[in-house]
Amino acid sequence: MAEAGVRGPQVRSDCWVNLEPGGSDIRIELKSTVLSMYGEAIHSQTRLVMETLGVTDALVQIEDGGALPFVLAARLETAARRAGLPIEAPALPEPLAGRFVQSPKNRLRRSRLYLPGNQPNFMINAGLHGPDAVILDLEDSVAPGEKDAARALVRNALVAVDFCGAEKMVRINQLPAGIRDLSWVVPYGAQLILIPKCEDPEQVKAVHQAIVTLDPPGRVWLMPIVESALGCLRAYEIATASPAVVALTIGLEDYTADIGAQRTQEGRESFWARSVIVNAARAAGVQAIDTVFSDVEDMEGLRASVVEAKGLGFEGKGCIHPRQIRVVHEAFAPAPQELEKAMRIVRAFEEAEQRGLAVVSLGSKMIDPPVVKRALATVDLAVTMGRLQPDWREREALA
Amino acid sequence: MSDSLVFNAVGREVPTVINGEPAIPFPGLDVHRPSGRTAGRIIRSSADYPRDGNKVVRDIRTALERCGLRDGMTISSHHHFRNGDLVVNLVFQAAAEMGVKDLRWFPSAAFPCHRPILELVEQGVVRLIEGSLNGPIGDFCSRGKMPGMGVLRSHGGRYQAVQDGEVHIDIAVVAAPTADAFGNANGVNGPSACGLLGFGLADSEYADRVIVVTDNLVPFPCYPWQIMGQLVDHVVVVDKIGEPEKIVSGTTRITRSPDRLRIAELAARFMKEAGIMKDGFSFQAGAGGTALAFAIYLAQLMKEAGVKARFVRGGSTQYLVNMLEEGLTDFILDGQTFDLEGVRSMRDDPRHIATSPFTSYNWHGKGHFATFVDAVVLGATEVDVNFNANVVTHTDGRMLHGIGGWQNCLGSPCVILPIPSFRNRIPVIIDEVTTICGPGEAIDVVVTERGIAINPLRQDLIDAVKGSDLPLKTIDELKWEIERICGGPPAKPRLGERVVAAIKWVDGTVIDCVRQVL
Repeated sequence: MAEAGVRGPQVRSDCWVNLEPGGSDIRIELKSTVLSMYGEAIHSQTRLVMETLGVTDALVQIEDGGALPFVLAARLETAARRAGLPIEAPALPEPLAGRFVQSPKNRLRRSRLYLPGNQPNFMINAGLHGPDAVILDLEDSVAPGEKDAARALVRNALVAVDFCGAEKMVRINQLPAGIRDLSWVVPYGAQLILIPKCEDPEQVKAVHQAIVTLDPPGRVWLMPIVESALGCLRAYEIATASPAVVALTIGLEDYTADIGAQRTQEGRESFWARSVIVNAARAAGVQAIDTVFSDVEDMEGLRASVVEAKGLGFEGKGCIHPRQIRVVHEAFAPAPQELEKAMRIVRAFEEAEQRGLAVVSLGSKMIDPPVVKRALATVDLAVTMGRLQPDWREREALA
Repeated sequence: MSDSLVFNAVGREVPTVINGEPAIPFPGLDVHRPSGRTAGRIIRSSADYPRDGNKVVRDIRTALERCGLRDGMTISSHHHFRNGDLVVNLVFQAAAEMGVKDLRWFPSAAFPCHRPILELVEQGVVRLIEGSLNGPIGDFCSRGKMPGMGVLRSHGGRYQAVQDGEVHIDIAVVAAPTADAFGNANGVNGPSACGLLGFGLADSEYADRVIVVTDNLVPFPCYPWQIMGQLVDHVVVVDKIGEPEKIVSGTTRITRSPDRLRIAELAARFMKEAGIMKDGFSFQAGAGGTALAFAIYLAQLMKEAGVKARFVRGGSTQYLVNMLEEGLTDFILDGQTFDLEGVRSMRDDPRHIATSPFTSYNWHGKGHFATFVDAVVLGATEVDVNFNANVVTHTDGRMLHGIGGWQNCLGSPCVILPIPSFRNRIPVIIDEVTTICGPGEAIDVVVTERGIAINPLRQDLIDAVKGSDLPLKTIDELKWEIERICGGPPAKPRLGERVVAAIKWVDGTVIDCVRQVL
């Protein structure tokens, strides 16, 4: 007997599979909430999956609560693997049109929505809520006994689920176990790997090397998560350990535990660590991304937390509920006065450039190049977020 | 049976005879025009009623006996107590004790709490349940266990059927949260307060005999007299008429599902972008989780734009009451009250007006409100690529819901269905709905979490939102997207030949029927 998945009257978008090897063919016993509508489809998919896996003789019992095809395939494969059967080939769901696309190195990563790796119902519509990234999590949100099931489900989700342009991130398990996760996700469309509890540049190099060995069709980026005192002290080395690192982030639950402090609302205990992360990321030329905000009811608290993070130099925040995404984006958007000032600086810079002047000045003040650079970034962000028309210069000229 | 079936104007095969009476197939929107006079009341003389105004009798059985209950009669009830009703079961239990058979129960809707009636159907006490059939009662009927054919009508359609004489009520039982001995009754006071009693209004006006049942008898006058004592034969006092927590909720909860919140928000933004949300406009939103969230988002957009509505139709809840009290609307026109704040507001605020299916929905009225509410948001179990929509059956063919005011609300110039694109692998947008409850030409906009589809017949709405950042798609695009996710279109249910229920349109014609589930 080898079970996978969950069953019971409360189960939605998932199923339970029990596979007993033996007999001389595939026998299917099916109970389903969608029996009259998809009973035939479930039968034929089950036979196809068994054929792909190379399972020829087994009793397959399924209790289905409306699992989508990519979920059913993952549960069937997990049950077969748990039964100790030799697997010929993975049973992948029908892929989305379109091939792997490497994500731009410095794309917006304001929000990243965590999706527990063994819970299909949160995955299905995650992209509709417009996060900059989704994180399919194999680590802390997955029970130790379900890591294998989560790997198959996350792989199938990467293949079949439309995340609507969100960057597809996967958080692997803590090394060394996490290395084994990579072959389940890197060939199937993961665009960025989060390395948890990272405190040694060698860990980053190991992940980088393992990814190269898997020969993905494009660059798969890395985001180390620093979650310890030691990690903070080595933050710069970690951020520069591989050219694939595009961002550095921090996990405060583990960090505060590691330094022996309580996590507080004001966050004085983590102020130094967060500043270190920002500093190391900037020094390495990568993005600095803040931790998650864990109270999903407290939108004002979230907004304040993002404003504070932005003030410290962070460019992104972790989300654990879709409702947090918009608040995060709004709080990262340039404030009206900030934008106004940036536009004035950009205009002055472009005028100076046109007139061949080496020095940019605004009124009686001279503007330094880094200020210009930041102003350009602010204007770009405002355009990306729809706060400013792309042709704002022409519009202003006309006005 | 099959030789009495014909195709109607929406291409559905429907019966021309229902329970032995002739029925008219749906001929298209606004085509049917009955003539003649509406049903009338029997002439009564007040000399036959107590001069002291005291109509209280000992118990329900006594009242039924005085009303002359006998085999084959029709007993009606209203459903303002929803799943908390205790009266209907008492009435039919008393009828069973009297030994009568073959009764027709004519509720405005039946709920899971009325499951005991199903045993009486099996015993032959009740032959037919004619009204909206929810949950286990609908399932019972779907499986062909009811001897007669179910007839589902909208709230307005029920009023029309009574007025037409299509349904003659022998005895109306009006459960009333407060009443006096003369029979005046209302729903705003008492331990089982439900707000109003509009669904029992036609019954009180047209039935041969009327019984008011209450657990809160007050000295004359019981005011407001939503039900007038002049129409009432007997008053019965019982210990408890309902379970208050199932009648109205203490607080109505909005949905927490991020997908449903997105749907609600898109629907509200559609109202704004289409230019419907402007000073003096009106809308209707029910008490479903998504509809509540819609009202909250719309209120927010109205505040930001400084827009005020003239009236809002409900299903009232604390959220509509908030809008009234914050000055976002001048009036609430209320058809049924869903929470305690709604009941309080209706009782205390003259701008919170009790309506009935007559004022709001009546086909034989000289006009009715539903046709000039600027926009309505409604649910559906299924919508097809021609915008036909279903509210009574599921995709597996089982009948699990009533029509309510849904069909009547389709009279609005802008009908919006905010619905999930699929539920637990069951697609909501499909090629052909299992049951047509509303024809596609009356449905304008489908709002799902994956995008908004506007009926191509409504070029004006398409033009109005052109250039907005709403995620607009065609209904076919939505359907393909959902089928890709769900693994193809759902198989059709296995249905028998037997017609177990007829679906009436608001004018009394037959728009579709429900077949037995095998």
